Amino acid sequence: MKKMLMGNEAMALGALRAGVRVAAGYPGTPSTEVLETIAKEKSRGNTDAYVEWSVNEKSALEVAAGASYAGARTLVTMKQVGLNVASDPLMSLAYVGVKGGMVVLVADDPGPISSQTEQDTRTFAAFSKLPVFDPASPEEAYLMMADAYELSEKYQTPVLFRPTTRICHATASIELLAPLPVKEPEGFVKDSRWVIFPKLSYQSHLKIEERNRNLRAELSGYRFNTQSGSGQKGIAVSGVSGQYIREALQILDVKQEYKLLNVATPHPFPEQTALAFLAGLDEVLVYEELDPVIEQELQRLCGVHRLPVEILGKGRGFTPAAGENSTENALAVLRRFFDLPADEAKTPDAPPLPVRPPTLCAGCPHRASFYAVKRAMKGRKAVFAGDIGCYTLGNAMPLDMTDTCLCMGAGITVAQGIKRVEPDTVCFSFTGDSTFFHTGLAGIANAVYNGAKIVSVILDNSTTAMTGQQPNPSTGFAATGEPAAKISIERVVEALGVPHIAVVDPFDSEAAELAVKEAADCDGVSCIIFRAPCIAVSRPKPRVRVNADKCTGCKRCVREIGCPAIIKGENGKVAIDASLCYGCGLCLNLCRFDALEGGEI
Amino acid sequence: MFNILLCGVGGQGTVLASKMLANCAVNRGETAHTAETIGMAQRGGSVVSHVRIGSDAFSPLIPKGCADTVIAFEPAECVRVLPYLKNGGRILVNTLPVKPTTDTLAKTSYDAQQMLAFLKEQGVDYRPVDGAAIIRALGGAKSLNVALLGAASAMGMVPCSLDEMETVIRTAMKPQFCEQNLKALRLGAALIAE
Repeated sequence: MKKMLMGNEAMALGALRAGVRVAAGYPGTPSTEVLETIAKEKSRGNTDAYVEWSVNEKSALEVAAGASYAGARTLVTMKQVGLNVASDPLMSLAYVGVKGGMVVLVADDPGPISSQTEQDTRTFAAFSKLPVFDPASPEEAYLMMADAYELSEKYQTPVLFRPTTRICHATASIELLAPLPVKEPEGFVKDSRWVIFPKLSYQSHLKIEERNRNLRAELSGYRFNTQSGSGQKGIAVSGVSGQYIREALQILDVKQEYKLLNVATPHPFPEQTALAFLAGLDEVLVYEELDPVIEQELQRLCGVHRLPVEILGKGRGFTPAAGENSTENALAVLRRFFDLPADEAKTPDAPPLPVRPPTLCAGCPHRASFYAVKRAMKGRKAVFAGDIGCYTLGNAMPLDMTDTCLCMGAGITVAQGIKRVEPDTVCFSFTGDSTFFHTGLAGIANAVYNGAKIVSVILDNSTTAMTGQQPNPSTGFAATGEPAAKISIERVVEALGVPHIAVVDPFDSEAAELAVKEAADCDGVSCIIFRAPCIAVSRPKPRVRVNADKCTGCKRCVREIGCPAIIKGENGKVAIDASLCYGCGLCLNLCRFDALEGGEI
Repeated sequence: MFNILLCGVGGQGTVLASKMLANCAVNRGETAHTAETIGMAQRGGSVVSHVRIGSDAFSPLIPKGCADTVIAFEPAECVRVLPYLKNGGRILVNTLPVKPTTDTLAKTSYDAQQMLAFLKEQGVDYRPVDGAAIIRALGGAKSLNVALLGAASAMGMVPCSLDEMETVIRTAMKPQFCEQNLKALRLGAALIAE
């Protein structure tokens, strides 16, 4: 019986099928559901595997490394920018190696749809000299997971596994297979190989280069590295881009001959498969997302083997340099490649469509926090350094409270840098509870140690909200939902030496505004912890109503906070969308005519 | 191959609806694929779910001009995805608009009637459904998604019968949500019969 599985679920079940004992990760779109699936399977009693949300990707990778040293099969999950955080242990682990099979699943996000960068983990694989698997569909990803563990154990090396958003969040009907036989972990055996030293690194480097040379041949026989067809034209694809090409070829019903190369292990590159593909070709279209990885490997092979093949891809501007590929784009590219007439179909001119930028939810405590800071700083020179999470949406009008956003944890330190150049500006940072534990702690220590005068605002909504409400160290729950140690943010910042700490409910407007004013005038680091739960983990309160007799239609409530539950009503007045209002009451004090009634306050 | 595109605004439940359609197909032994909008765009943004039934679909996303049916949870979102509809494709659209937050601040207003008029002008097989009436009858917007599926099924717009959908609801949903959703399914179907 087949089961509908999201790509991320399929990869998790594929890893469990391969006998994973320890799984660790940090949430990040589009990777989050992989670890969530393992946690769910654990709660249901379907696996004995240990699973944790680590505080960040570096910690996750190191936990898994230790478990792999002890002989257990391990899985680490993260999104592509998470690999930047985990790159320190990964680069060294590539030299040290592992004993139990280790798969580092890194989800790339072409587009990007929910990310800061369009970096390519296939390029990271070449940089770290590690093998990487690149599945083209959820079905393939499920099967490939077992191959990744086998390769990892055979060569005692961590292996990267790189799905993209359209694999992670696509769902397919998949036949689940029986678990594979896996040997019991041997336990940690003391050995000098686990201690990285310059001499060891040199020797490892030699071995890695030799291994990768051999893998170029070995992976040429891998079942998902394929080449087929005949003729003088070739198409080379990787990942989901291959599916777009196959769909487009089917739609175009191309009659000309062509060869097709699918690369499932972009590094080490399946050299013999690629050479067999290149033989007799005049030109090759390379269709891939993000970096021109396949393209440059083919160019290199053509150079080394003096093959007169023209390579058409990103370098020549034949395919898009950035963003996601699609069947529509593949159709256009294939029409050019095969000299087919362009599509003349025109779409009718639609009326202007409403823009729907993502916004903070109605009832979101971040809105109250931002609004308190905005009011308190009215008329003063202030900069607001934001961070990664739902609260990045504080940048939207009318709040307009995010001036910078760089990467996880950067708000606290960026604020310090701005303050060094602009001493007369009040410099704020906004950090969520999960981000605080991820990479915010070091920024606070840096501020205290170096005497930076900033206001660090910590938005504690008791969950990792943007990625779908995962627990973190401030929540008191583990990945499986079981109780865990709860770390007090105020006690942590106190221990780090922050002299001024205030814990405030952001919906208590007066107290919140006062706390911000006090913090702004403090000497040294001050910290405000705005504590109120995310609406996804709390219950709604009585809804707000609009008293139409009192509402003058001035729209002050809308202009001040931009709550999606306050909508246009009849006769120019405002109305409340009852399906959205959470009864937070933030709007109640805004109306000068007392037209907003009910709610919490 | 049968392609169904569901579109709406984050929070309207397109993801659950697409799962139900795919499960109907899988339960009778067919191949199905879906693809969803997940992440930042879910917060009040435009969302689409692609459902592809049949073993000859490669891309997880329906290519433009290839959707057999569009089930629109919102009028403007229907217009937005119109390029996906194939020649001779069919549309089911909830007439109740979801106004964006920006609309309340904007000088010009988004007019759902203008969207519906545009859809009508296109000369496609187009069936409006009174979402406001569904919400009134169900006492809330939570099961609007299932009601729209009921309507689409009763119209023969999706290769999933009401019985198949009922089975999916009974097997995949928690008992406390079953009755409400079955009620919504039947209500949607009844709207079409009227």
